Amino acid sequence: MKTSFVLGALTVAGLAAGAAAAGTLDDVKARGTLNCGVSTGLVGFAAPNASGEWEGFDVGLCRAVAAAVLGDSNAVEFIPTTGKTRFTALASGEVDLLARNTTWTFSRDVDLKFEFTGVNYYDGQGFMVPTELGVSSAKELDGATVCIQTGTTTELNLADFFRSNNMNYEPVPIETNAEAQQQYLAGACDVYTTDASGLAATRATFENPGAHVVLPEIISKEPLGPLVRHGDNNWGDIVRWTLNALITAEELGVTSANMAEMASGTNNPEINRLLGTEGTLGEMLGLDAEWAQRALAVGGNYGELFEANIGASTPIGLARGLNAQWKNGGLLYSPPFR
Amino acid sequence: MSTLTDPRKESFSVSMLIYDTRYRSTTIQIFVLVLVLMVVFWLIRNTAQNLSDLGKPIEFGFLLEPSSYDINQRLLDYSSRDTHLRASLLGLLNTFVVAFLGCITALILGVLIGVARLSKNWLVARIMTVYVEMFRNVPVLLWIVLAMAIMIESLPTPKAFRGENATASMYFSDSVAITNRGIYIPEPLFSNSLGNLSFLGDSSVRFDISLDLMLIIAVLIAGFWTSSRINSWASKTQNETGIRPTVWYWRLSVVLLPLLVVLYYTGFHLGYPALKGFNFQGGTYLRNSLIALWLALSLYTAAFIAENVRAGILAISKGQSEAAASLGLRPGPTMNLVILPQALRVIIPPLISQFLNLTKNSSLAIAVGYMDITGTLGGITLNQTGRELEAILMMMLIYLSVSLTISALMNWYNNSVKLVER
Repeated sequence: MKTSFVLGALTVAGLAAGAAAAGTLDDVKARGTLNCGVSTGLVGFAAPNASGEWEGFDVGLCRAVAAAVLGDSNAVEFIPTTGKTRFTALASGEVDLLARNTTWTFSRDVDLKFEFTGVNYYDGQGFMVPTELGVSSAKELDGATVCIQTGTTTELNLADFFRSNNMNYEPVPIETNAEAQQQYLAGACDVYTTDASGLAATRATFENPGAHVVLPEIISKEPLGPLVRHGDNNWGDIVRWTLNALITAEELGVTSANMAEMASGTNNPEINRLLGTEGTLGEMLGLDAEWAQRALAVGGNYGELFEANIGASTPIGLARGLNAQWKNGGLLYSPPFR
Repeated sequence: MSTLTDPRKESFSVSMLIYDTRYRSTTIQIFVLVLVLMVVFWLIRNTAQNLSDLGKPIEFGFLLEPSSYDINQRLLDYSSRDTHLRASLLGLLNTFVVAFLGCITALILGVLIGVARLSKNWLVARIMTVYVEMFRNVPVLLWIVLAMAIMIESLPTPKAFRGENATASMYFSDSVAITNRGIYIPEPLFSNSLGNLSFLGDSSVRFDISLDLMLIIAVLIAGFWTSSRINSWASKTQNETGIRPTVWYWRLSVVLLPLLVVLYYTGFHLGYPALKGFNFQGGTYLRNSLIALWLALSLYTAAFIAENVRAGILAISKGQSEAAASLGLRPGPTMNLVILPQALRVIIPPLISQFLNLTKNSSLAIAVGYMDITGTLGGITLNQTGRELEAILMMMLIYLSVSLTISALMNWYNNSVKLVER
């Protein structure tokens, strides 16, 4: 109740402020920091490390945008949002950019008046159960108690999945991933359901990850991506093309290691356009020529970000799968830099 | 002949609005009122304007869209295909449930603790002081979360009841199961049920009324009415003859016998919970979220009510209890017949505000995942439809009407127990 009231008040106040100011880019430059909405703590995607610095896959995108716009990857104010508070935070202008495992759906895009600027992770909703339950398929979950994060698309998918399979379940709505983890481990629910990447990330933090299994069924499409408010297309373009720059850089083989060398000029015109040694793409965005170089310098290209935060060598251990480049059979396909 | 001169006719001038003390205060009040109204109007207009600029004009059509989410504790039939309005209604009923249970428990506990705190027994009085100070001075949200954490972490999971070497067992000859997901108790069932009466067809606010329950209530009311008639007949006989006829078995049987007949006729029996699949099935399921919220809210509010009760009792002059003692009344009757009736008029007004507090505090339910009106309308519905302002406005209106209703009821009760002064 209390938070809702605060949110309501914030919405009203924020809307009043939001309409007066038009250019998010100018606001960010004037402020000197980028306000980036992230999750309250999902290891690998966005979580503070031991020294209190935010790190993760989504955080990497925030830093890349900050570097492109402000020239400083640390000029980011990370604002933790729950599944419930995130849209209000974005709509009210509290955050400039929301990079929080948010599923791109029709109603969020059209009805909630947001602009999804691309997909940085192709995901799907899965189920995790303790191995000792002996469950091997989600179809065997009739009558189970299921922990869900409230205010997410998973809540709706879950209702649809059980309904279409004529099964009953007992939903236990939970605010944050941490609380869900606590209830699941204490046995207050049999199943924890969220995006498969989130399950892998959560499982990795368990004392004994081997005692839990992620069921094979993926019951939904969850294209996760960064989003901004409707109505500021220039800002939307900046976020969209920063993400595309990371993806294109991987496709073209530009890494944080060889970027300095490539920035002095290559035979590939697209690399030159990307890195700003040819053409005026940066100016078209309202930035300078080296914007993409700075974005890439933060954590490298998409593939490097993936490997460093959630890839096979990390405790989370996600395979590229759908998130491989289109040339490798994945879905990552950035429009050309031309 | 003397000439009478009329007093000089005062002509009104605008400057008098400020300089004439007769008008000045009115002028200032009107001026301030206009200012306040202008600010309010500006706020409303600005919000409406900005919302429509964002393409989100205020409208309530979303309430009739399918909600698409499930609710665990349902007092009415509901599925994810029902509307947001019905989901909100179910949430409201859940709020009522926990507020009603909480108010009653808090009242009973509060009175007991308040009286015990004045006990002459040093230990009892100190323990109650510790209780009151402990609960009063820690935010209720922490108590709610603590109650939930204790339930989840300390009680056995349903799994522990399974198999040959089960580590947990059910209570009361396998009729009650206490698990960390909640408590399962036997439920009343009727094998020759009279069925339900359905109201309001297919609309979002449809509801059923169980005829079995109605019949039982009707029989009970009739029984108690007859019983009270027998009692007044007995008093009348006593007044006339001086001898009171023995009627307790009559009074008992007019209540119990018809009830037993009805229960037999409708095939009343208990449905016991049994472990099936992942969870216990059958029986009435009191969810851990309900219990944690109920417990924490009533323990917390009881501490405040105890202080009200103590203050009420202390407000009665010591002469009253001394007078009662000199009439030969023992401490028990003194408290019941002399002190409490007088203390009530001091206790009830702050009690109303404690009941209101408890009802409003029940909106903290979401901390433990209890689906009250804040969890449904102000939580999932708000989030899935993105109608923040509408949902919050509706919730404010609902809490306002609920609080005003409770106030009205309690004020009515207060007036009926008020000391009549002549």
